[in-house]
Amino acid sequence: MSYLEIDRLSVRLRGGGPLLRQVSLTVAAGEVRGLVGESGAGKSMIGKAVLGILPRSTEITAGRIVLDGVDLLTLPPAERRRRIGATCALIPQDPLTALNPSRRIGPQITDRLVDILGWPRVRAEARARELLAEVYIPDPERVMRSYPHELSGGMRQRILIASAFAAEPKLIVADEPTTALDVTVQKQILKLIKEMQERHGTALLFVTHDLGVVSKVCQSLSVLYAGLVVEDCAVRDFFRAPGHAYSAALLAATPKYTDAVASLTPVPDTVIAAVRAEVAAADRRMSHG
Amino acid sequence: MRLLRTFLMRLATTAVTLFGVAVIVFVVIRVVPGNPIAMMLPPGATEADVARLSALYGLDKSIPQQFLIWAGGVLQGDFGTSITTRQPVLALVLGRLPATLELSVMALVMAVIIGGFAALTGTRLRGTRTEGAIDVANGMALSVPDFLWGLVLILMFGVLVPIFHISGRVTPSLDLPFVTNFYLFESLIRLRLDLWADIVAHMFMPALALAIPLSAIIGQLLKQSLKETMHLDYVTLSRTKGYGENHVILREALPNAILPTLTLVGVQFTFLIGGTVIIERLFSYEGLGNMAIDAVINRDLPLIQGIVILFAAIFTAVNLLVDLAYAALNPRLRHA
Amino acid sequence: MLDGRGSVKRRAGARLWLSAGWLAVLVLAALLAPWITPKDPLAQDLFLGRLPPFWETGAEPGYYLGTDSLGRDVLSRILYGARLALIVALVAGSITCLLGAGLGLLAGFLRGWVDVLISRFIDIWMAFPPVLFSILLIAVIGPGLGSIILAIVIIDWTRFARVVRAEAMAQGAMDYVASARVAGRGRLGIMLREILPNVLPTIVVLLTLEMGIAVIVEAILSFVNLSISTDDPTWGGMIAEGRAAVYQAWWVLVFPLITLFLTVLSFSQLGEGLKDRFDPVLR
Repeated sequence: MSYLEIDRLSVRLRGGGPLLRQVSLTVAAGEVRGLVGESGAGKSMIGKAVLGILPRSTEITAGRIVLDGVDLLTLPPAERRRRIGATCALIPQDPLTALNPSRRIGPQITDRLVDILGWPRVRAEARARELLAEVYIPDPERVMRSYPHELSGGMRQRILIASAFAAEPKLIVADEPTTALDVTVQKQILKLIKEMQERHGTALLFVTHDLGVVSKVCQSLSVLYAGLVVEDCAVRDFFRAPGHAYSAALLAATPKYTDAVASLTPVPDTVIAAVRAEVAAADRRMSHG
Repeated sequence: MRLLRTFLMRLATTAVTLFGVAVIVFVVIRVVPGNPIAMMLPPGATEADVARLSALYGLDKSIPQQFLIWAGGVLQGDFGTSITTRQPVLALVLGRLPATLELSVMALVMAVIIGGFAALTGTRLRGTRTEGAIDVANGMALSVPDFLWGLVLILMFGVLVPIFHISGRVTPSLDLPFVTNFYLFESLIRLRLDLWADIVAHMFMPALALAIPLSAIIGQLLKQSLKETMHLDYVTLSRTKGYGENHVILREALPNAILPTLTLVGVQFTFLIGGTVIIERLFSYEGLGNMAIDAVINRDLPLIQGIVILFAAIFTAVNLLVDLAYAALNPRLRHA
Repeated sequence: MLDGRGSVKRRAGARLWLSAGWLAVLVLAALLAPWITPKDPLAQDLFLGRLPPFWETGAEPGYYLGTDSLGRDVLSRILYGARLALIVALVAGSITCLLGAGLGLLAGFLRGWVDVLISRFIDIWMAFPPVLFSILLIAVIGPGLGSIILAIVIIDWTRFARVVRAEAMAQGAMDYVASARVAGRGRLGIMLREILPNVLPTIVVLLTLEMGIAVIVEAILSFVNLSISTDDPTWGGMIAEGRAAVYQAWWVLVFPLITLFLTVLSFSQLGEGLKDRFDPVLR
């Protein structure tokens, strides 16, 4: 049975157009699912909906988000927050803005353990040291006493990864966790996330626009266009033979070091027209049913 | 090291500023028409009497000479003698300073409480009608200066619903056991809560009048920077940890939103202290400002000089303190 | 969200129109004062002292808002007081604006020793308690309309100088100024033709705000009894008298206070409204 099940979830801008169109997907325990699409396709929106951090300007109009057998959207807000805090975590995109500049690193890792899960402070601090060592941070003791501005971007992303795994969550949403980093650091961080995920057996919802990353980290994959899931498949199958014309075009547009010409191929207009027709059809289904 | 050097630089410019203030006041008040000496003497005094008294106060010398003598005295802690009361200026001024300090600090505390509450409530309830109402109230409070708020308060809580006193610092018939002039503070220390209540009932309206514009500035600025902070990633991250809105605002956003507000509040606090001059007059509150206006009306040159220099010194000191507080609160500077 | 933004805009518009409307009424009242005032604002009649406004018992017909302790008509004095308040607002505001903005522009654009000198003066000015400084100045130059205007100019020029200096500095660093320089424009030409137009919206907003401040300063000086003369009708003078007799005749304080309050609020709201409309800098 899947740990997370999103069932026909629709989100729209308040008083505006749809952002997610009846999105359905599942993540099994320990599975890594990639969410890919162009920017604005709504891939981050899915992660935010799961974690209950959708912007105030948006609203969920329909659907269910079932976490461990419980529909989150039917819970009272405080209860939902606690449940998410205890079982899920976020690895954010930009490590430079995701740590509070006026608080030391230590409390930013341990606060959830102490305040939400009720651990004794000493145990939480020991746990934080242990995790910092796991993400290869030398001298965890000193780092925990530091302020964010004293650390490099790569360091901070490691800290955020450690912090995400601190409460042994069952599900982690990684929202383009390497996009804001230097190319040289990207590979290390990606490897680290994969390593931590395997060691802790955590399910991962991996939001990215980079199919190369998907091929290295994920087992299954959802391709989004304009808030609509156009393909949902295993990663193996996807790279062998994409099931949807848009997916194929996306794959063709991905840089390949062996073929410089192919990497410049844009998504053809005919494919765009076809996928837009699909989106319109989905909208008609939604308004009629 | 760099911090120390900037601090010393600031001290030097402060000295220049105070010197400039002293020169300007000194020159300006000596152009005053109306001979202060003539006002002191009974009618029928002779030319010789006037000359003798002028010499006594050093008013027969040239202005640069007078300035040198005065500045030399100031450096030794002697600000001269008041012409009207014939007491040392320093003693007079220090006697009134506590009243003005207590009033200013009380007003500052009120402004921080009201403005902070408005900003936090507005942020918590952002997008609702309550936030709109807070914005409108802030705009009103900001548009009208302390003098007019003082008058409005007098009508509201002095005449319409008379619950506070509209003049004085303390009820004159009360027997005061104080050894310092910090009445508010000392009554609290001595646990004379009856006196303390009387003093607060006198101070409440002038302090509130001074506080209203400042509270609006704090409210507006803090709310704006809170709202900007609420969009940042670390706030979002904190939400995913299971924290509620109140915790997120107070623990994550507030400490970072305070810093930009702080510098501006420092400058505004000096404006508030400047405002005590007219507010003390309006409420017949026996502080420095009230004494200053009397000194101007009575042409008491040494006293005017002393008070203006003291005000200028307080202003520059407040600005210096704010810079230090900013450096102390900002971890980026603290560990630089 | 769109609705919210729309309603905010409407409110800002209403604010602008209400303020402008009140100020227009005031200008009309000031211009037409000799024809519309029911009584002579200076006429004293001790038998008619402290008459209440028309709806209270004991009111005399013709004295709509009551009389002060000397029997002078409150409404007529408020209307004549508007003349003085508006003259001070316009003249003092404009001169302060010219002086302050001019010095600020010079300091911000020329930089160097001019800037050092002007900035130092601004620092010194900021260390003066403004109200005390104005009272001192009036004591020095003596009471009168010209003195009040002069005092306001001397004290408030820094309000313009500080903002305009910073703004001119920012504009001076922009590419269009550099290209004008390359094109061979002289310094004066660049300052007046390139920088000034970009700083102008800021200056207009500050000028509106300054007019409100000038009205208040005049009222404060009249309140301390240093303004024009005790006879001439000024709002501040009326307020001073009303404050002293607030328990006996509240109307002597209330009506001039409401007028002053609305006027100051209007100038300020007009300035804020203009800021929201035109000025990307101060917002």
